[in-house]
Amino acid sequence: MAWKRKDLLTIQELDPAEITLVIDTAASLREIGGREIKKVPTLRGKTIVNLFYEPSTRTRTSFEIAGKWLSADVINFAASTSSIGKGETLLDTARNIEAMSPDVVVVRHSSAGAAEMLARHLRCGVVNAGDGAHEHPTQALLDLLTIRERKGHLDGLQVAIVGDIAHSRVARSNIHGMRKLGMTVTVAGPPTLIPPHVQEFGVKVSHRLEDAIRDVDVIMMLRLQQERMTAGLIPSLREYSRYWGLTLDRLRASARADVLIMHPGPVNRGVELSPEVADGPYSVILEQTGNGVAVRMAVLFLLAGTRVAQEAA
Amino acid sequence: MIKAQVLDEAALERALTRISHEILERNGGAAALVFVGLRTRGVTLAQRLAERIAAIDGTKVPVGTLDITLYRDDLGLKTDQPVVRGTDIPFPIKGKTVILVDDVLFTGRSIRAALDALIDLGRPKMIQLAVLIDRGHRELPIRPDYVGKNLPTSRRESVAVRLKEHDGEDRVVIEAPEEG
Repeated sequence: MAWKRKDLLTIQELDPAEITLVIDTAASLREIGGREIKKVPTLRGKTIVNLFYEPSTRTRTSFEIAGKWLSADVINFAASTSSIGKGETLLDTARNIEAMSPDVVVVRHSSAGAAEMLARHLRCGVVNAGDGAHEHPTQALLDLLTIRERKGHLDGLQVAIVGDIAHSRVARSNIHGMRKLGMTVTVAGPPTLIPPHVQEFGVKVSHRLEDAIRDVDVIMMLRLQQERMTAGLIPSLREYSRYWGLTLDRLRASARADVLIMHPGPVNRGVELSPEVADGPYSVILEQTGNGVAVRMAVLFLLAGTRVAQEAA
Repeated sequence: MIKAQVLDEAALERALTRISHEILERNGGAAALVFVGLRTRGVTLAQRLAERIAAIDGTKVPVGTLDITLYRDDLGLKTDQPVVRGTDIPFPIKGKTVILVDDVLFTGRSIRAALDALIDLGRPKMIQLAVLIDRGHRELPIRPDYVGKNLPTSRRESVAVRLKEHDGEDRVVIEAPEEG
């Protein structure tokens, strides 16, 4: 199995072998993070540009560390400190960046399809680090790696994804990845936050937290964005938390003793997750962050290598 | 297509036993030694050398696994990106004598990569190189310390070390280049 793609845009377009290749590569690369000198020479002389049109701490930092551990030069463009604020279009900005000969551009944008549009126009590799409510492929890959590390396998596992499914690119990427690898997915949340016809993705729907989390191997809690309340999709944070917040009591009453609690971050403590659960023994939230660096190293390694191979041919 | 057999099972056994004795003699015992094998067959050979040394000397020498993919000088020259399978050296190499083990020594480029990879993990006291087959055609100034068999070959031939753990048999053969 070899990586053939110039870009990583969605999980939807990957086949199971490609997903497994990225996860396997990431598992092999994780050892670098435990070294005294955290650097290998693999991407020496390669340039990676982080192009972030939306605020991000975890994802941007994670790509930056991943690139640096592989010896690439990493340049960060954030919307707030660049010409983006002066009205330059996404494509113009990207073309100007391309004129500086990067090998990979990592892009986050509020519009679905932004990464794909860039990938069509740029010769370098493009990684989608989140496009609107569409996909966030590296998040799904790191989630799958985290689950596989803890459970030993993925096939046959049952997962509940809880919260604002409709606006979540994390949910969408995970649903695609999990279904492709033989996992069963239940999505749960208030009806206003569940997309219509979501069953077409091959998932079950639940409108009661206690039912959704019963007997599952993994519970993935999503961040509730405050804007959803002002948009009238939920009555109040307090009411959301009362029905959909995962507390220790609820967890003990309904979930399995060996369940994993995941969250893509940042956590709204006291809204979707109580602090005892976020910091408790079931939580693998910090492992997710650690695995994020390994997954992004794997993606950069596969894309940068593939790009050079294409040029040589 | 197999062109010639270079070592049979018994000859392979004898070569490994001799190398084990040479390692012990040269290092005055096995106390400060560690083995690091290059994936995949170098690791198997390192394990076999460690077993022999344990039988001769009573010392259990740790065996680590080195994946040199991240250190290769031909990344991007090959059509496919090679698969990274990971390094696993669960012991410190600082101050140790590392015996690097590989099955076939050819251009020396893998060993160059392995030396860089090892040194990134710590500062060993010394690194020695053990190979089952030295087939010549070096492209770098690298020389083995322990050799199972020196084997003059043509560049176009390939040497296959076949081990029971992976291939179901113990022997070394020369394979002729594919026609066409």
